[in-house]
Formats: sequence, C-alpha cells, structure tokens
Amino acid sequence: MSALLEVSGVSVTFGGFRAINNLSISIGEPELRAIIGPNGAGKTTFMDIITGKTRPDEGRVLWGEKSLSLLGLSESRIAREGSGRKFQKPTVFEAQTVRENLAMALKNPRGPFDVLLHRKTGEGARRIAEVADEVGLFEHLARPAEVLSHGQKQWLEIGMLLAQDPRLLLVDEPAAGMTPAEREHTTDILKAMAETRAVVVVEHDMEFVRRLDCKVTVLHEGSVLAEGSLDHVTANQDVIDVYLGR
Amino acid sequence: MRQSFIAQNPSVLWFIAALALFTLGVTILSEAFGIGVLSTSFVKTLGKTLCLCLVAIAIDVVWGYCGILSLGHFAFFGLGGYAIGMWLMYARTEAIVVESLASAPLPPTEQEVIDAIGTQIFGVVGASEFPLLWAFSDSLILQLLMVVLVPGLLALVFGWLAFRSRVTGVYLSILTQAMTLALSLYLFQNDSGLRGNNGLSGLQNIPGFEDVPQATISIVFFWASAAALAIAYLVFAWATSGKMGSVIRGIRDDEARVRFLGYDVERYKLFVFTLTAVVAGIGGALYYPQAGIINPAEIAPIASIYLAVWVAIGGRGRLYGAVIGAAAVSLLSSWFTGGGAPNLDLGFFTIQWTDWWLVLLGVSFVAVTLFFPKGIGGVFDLIPSRRPTPRIGDYGPEKGALRREEGAP
Ligand SMILES: Nc1ncnc2c1ncn2[C@@H]1O[C@H](COP(=O)(O)OP(=O)(O)OP(=O)(O)O)[C@@H](O)[C@H]1O
Ligand SMILES: [Mg+2]
Repeated sequence: MSALLEVSGVSVTFGGFRAINNLSISIGEPELRAIIGPNGAGKTTFMDIITGKTRPDEGRVLWGEKSLSLLGLSESRIAREGSGRKFQKPTVFEAQTVRENLAMALKNPRGPFDVLLHRKTGEGARRIAEVADEVGLFEHLARPAEVLSHGQKQWLEIGMLLAQDPRLLLVDEPAAGMTPAEREHTTDILKAMAETRAVVVVEHDMEFVRRLDCKVTVLHEGSVLAEGSLDHVTANQDVIDVYLGR
Repeated sequence: MRQSFIAQNPSVLWFIAALALFTLGVTILSEAFGIGVLSTSFVKTLGKTLCLCLVAIAIDVVWGYCGILSLGHFAFFGLGGYAIGMWLMYARTEAIVVESLASAPLPPTEQEVIDAIGTQIFGVVGASEFPLLWAFSDSLILQLLMVVLVPGLLALVFGWLAFRSRVTGVYLSILTQAMTLALSLYLFQNDSGLRGNNGLSGLQNIPGFEDVPQATISIVFFWASAAALAIAYLVFAWATSGKMGSVIRGIRDDEARVRFLGYDVERYKLFVFTLTAVVAGIGGALYYPQAGIINPAEIAPIASIYLAVWVAIGGRGRLYGAVIGAAAVSLLSSWFTGGGAPNLDLGFFTIQWTDWWLVLLGVSFVAVTLFFPKGIGGVFDLIPSRRPTPRIGDYGPEKGALRREEGAP
C-alpha cells in the first residue's frame, strides 16, 4: 500500500473561524478509511479541499506517484486525475434520466469536442447496465432522476461514482436515508471498491462504520483527534469526551 | 438499442417539414415566382423574421439549455450585419463611382477611384479617408469571413474573461449588457469608422445584381434565411441532444456537480457562447440586406433583452419554442407598432397600440413567466406521446395479467 493522497499541515479559515487546523492525513491505495467526528468538525471541508472546491490558507495536498500538488488545480482537473465525490446531500441531475446521469459519469474523454463527437457504444451501454444493476436501478434507467426516492438518489450517486471509476473516492454520509438492508449493500459496495482503490467514507452512524471494518480517523475542530481501529479510537478518552460521550 | 438522431428527436423532422412547407407557400404567393399576393416588402418582413428566429434559437441554446442568460447576442447579430454591410456599401459605391468617372476626359487612377468612394461613403461624417476597419471591404470573401470571425472572436475573448472568473447568473447578464452598450456607444461615434449614427445604408442593392428586381432578390434572401434557419436548427438540435446535451443541461442545473465529474465547465460554456454568437452573426448578415439599413440603434441593449423575452414567451429549453416566440412576437410587434392594429376605444380612453404595445408585451411576458413557465411551446407537451411508456415490474393491474418474467408485452 503506497500513499495516494498526502494532506499535510493544512489550515482553512472562514472569516476568522478556523474550520481546518493544521490537518495531516495520508490515504493509501488501496485503502478504506472512515472519518468520523461531531458536527462541524470539518469533515466536509476536508473533502472540499481535496477536490479543489476550497483553497486552504496553508499546507500541502499531494497526489499520486509524482506527488502532484492538487492545490491550484481546478475542480474538473482534479476529478480527471481520478477523484470522485459523493455529496452529503444527494446531488444528481434531476431533470435527466438515470441512464443520462450514469452516461455522463462514465469514464470517457471529457473535452467538449470529444463529448460532441461522442458516439454511443455497445461497450458503454453494457457498462451502464452493469452499474445500474449493481446499485439496483436497472429497471429505472429510462426514468428521470427526479422521480426517484431519496435512497435511490443516493444509489444513483454511488452508481455515478462506480461509472466514473476513480482512483480515490470521497463519500460523504452515504447511508443517510437508507434502510438497514440498503446500508448493508452500501458497505458491501464500498468494501469491494476499496479492494483496488482508495475510499474515504464520512459517516456518523457507528454501526455502519463498524461494518466497514477499517482504519478510522476522528476529526475534531479541524484536526485529527485520534486514528486507528474503531475499537482503538472509541476507547480513547478524548474521543469519548468530545464525540461519543454526548 | 441505438436509435437514429431523427427518431430520438421527432420534433426536428416536424420543424424542417413545416419550414419547407412555409417556404414553398411564400414562394407560390410571391411576386417573383408566384401569383403575387404577397408584396415584396412583406416577403422581406418574413425573411427578416426567419433571421430573428435564427438568433432566437441561438439564445435558446445558450440560455434555455446552458443556463447562460446572455443579453448581448444582438450585438453579435449587428456585427454580422455590419460586416456584410461594409462590402455591400463599398462594392455598390465603387460601381457608381466608376461609372460616373468613366465620362471624365482622363481615365481615373486607382487612387482617384478609392478617394471618390471614400468621399461618397464617409462624406456624411465629414471624412473621406478609409479607416483601417475597412481594409478588407473590397473583398466579398473576406467580409463573409468577418461575418463569422468578428462575432466569434469577440464572444471568445469576452466569454473567456467572464467564464474564467466564474461570473454567473445576473452578473453575467449585466456584463453582456455592458458589452452591448459599449459597442453601440462606440458605433454611435462619428469617428468610429462606421459612419456613426448614420450606419450603413442601401444594403438592399446587391452589387452585380443591379438589374435583378427587388421582388426576386427578396425571395432569394428569404430562401437563404430559411436554409440558414434549417441548418442551424439541425446543428443545434444535434449539439443539444446526446451526451453533449446532457452535459450542457447539467451545467445549467448544477455546474459545480458537472465540474466534480471532471468536465471543464468553462470550456463548455465558451464553446456554446461562441458557437451561438457565430450563428447570431450569420443571422445578422442575412437580416440587414433585407432591412436595407443598419445603424448603431439596432445594437442597443434593449434589442438583446427583447430577444430573451421572445424566447421566454415561446418556451425556452426547446428550439421550436424559440422559433415560435420570435416569429409570433416580432410579427405582432411590427403589426402593432406599424399602426396595423386598430385602436381600442374604451369610451373614456382610447388605447393607441403604437404607444401601448410595449405595455401589452410586458404584461404578456409577466403572465407567461408566472402562469406558463413553459411558454407557448409547452402546448406541444399536451400532445400525447406515441412512444410506449417504459414499463417496469408487471404489465397489468390484474393478478392474472402478463408478468414480467413471461416476456415483453
Ligand atoms: N463556506 C463556508 N463558509 C463559512 N463557514 C463554513 C463554510 N463551510 C464550512 N464552514 C464551517 O466550517 C465548519 C466545518 O464544516 P463542515 O461542513 O466541514 O463540517 P462537517 O464535519 O462536515 O459537519 P457535519 O457532520 O454537520 O456534516 C462548520 O463550523 C461550518 O459552519
Ligand atoms: Mg458534512
């Protein structure tokens, strides 16, 4: 396991408020990592920094074998480097069909002219069907995404990540609004994906994290409070005080 | 399960068929090739309307599909008109000058001819020198190239600056208005090199075709406008369907999400903005020879706003909606403002439509926005689709109905 992502000494302030404070995290490839922490700990902001949405005031974010600095790259460029993201609130293209949503995410050249001259291929259609099947939306391929239930939208977004086939997956609270059976399926997918790539999961639900059975990082007030196995961090007194004890 | 482009977009076929029928009808009713029911000036009005439909579908693509409310596309339209107008004016003045100098005792030198053309064209603004802007005006080919290049390059530079700094929404609209205003103010100046507020005139006279009656010229321009509209419609329908359409509509609905999928949103916006500007320029180049005159007032910011109003009334996000809106509102507008509509006597007050038309338009715009957000084009949604609805699960309401496992219905 070599490091795919090296975040070191990163800080972000929003109008005087330090949302991320000298944060350092390293993610390997392949690796499954869970990030937990109280509300406002900076979990989503951490993902914003990696994906280029938020620029940190200081620190480094290095990517891949060549230690490419992600700071200063555009969101789309970072995504093309191989990072995919699922948002806390499911964000799919409501006005478009499930198939169109998946087709847009499918790993293909992203330039305007590539897309303009893009021709549907049997290979692409097969891949879309495969992904849709995996996330249980095969029967809904032709339906617009707006008619899906909240849980199905979560699935569609996970499906879009699968279609994108990234090296690094950032998944923000995937289990919200899902039934227990769906949660189980989600853990299975995430674990399967983490066999070949880096997967970072933010989740509040402890049962869910336990099932992921992976290294856990606890964030608090923008920095790492504890890191290790779930049993290890839940035994940590600091963690109990700020997170679990409440 | 691959379907042809037309099968996926049946409205394209309907539109082309309707346009062809309309063109045929106008030709049969025209003075030049038919029974002469339609006057030459009305044929010109119809031809101009087709050009307005052309720029309207461009706005629809940039606004209705891509979500960029550009209030500056009429500037590109005007630039296309100026580009072709320069050649029309130069070539025609040259013919007149050469003819009048031919009777002189000594044959004129080339410089004398050019000076005489300059005096003729720029006399109204008290100049006689050819400004640099007119360097290519003697070449039809080069000026035709300018029809495409000038709006295209302006859109490219403007769009690059605006999109790169992530200007969106209302701010972008204001910026496009500012561009239009700056351009028209510049053109209003006498030393702009484009004859200030006089603009370019006599554009209906096509050099080399002086002997052809206007009736014939009007119908030829009408055909050209119809052909341009058909081609642009096809190109836009193709570009906004399939995956490109998906990405463009995605940008309209949630551009941040599109970025996180790896698409360079700014490049897509620039592509759409520039392509539509070029189409607007072509529309202008076909419009102004039919109008006969172009002046800076044509590029006034309000013109671009009207364009957006037409598209909103017609129904944005569908190309035929833009065509319907542009055609209906612009024809109605010339009917009302041209004094065609009878005054409405309310007893205590007489509504004179020449004054009140804008109020009516404004009220209609607000009404459509509030009550029919899909616009006139939304009417077509009421036509039941013949496509089989995709069924999932079991096919019938009954327990004994065909089951999915048993096969397709
Ligand atoms: N754009 C912003 N401007 C100002 N403050 C922000 C911004 N984004 C985040 N914050 C603040 O930074 C802190 C960290 O927010 P963040 O969304 O990263 O928390 P989180 O750990 O994801 O919380 P939750 O569990 O509620 O999702 C919060 O106090 C939040 O209010
Ligand atoms: Mg969060």
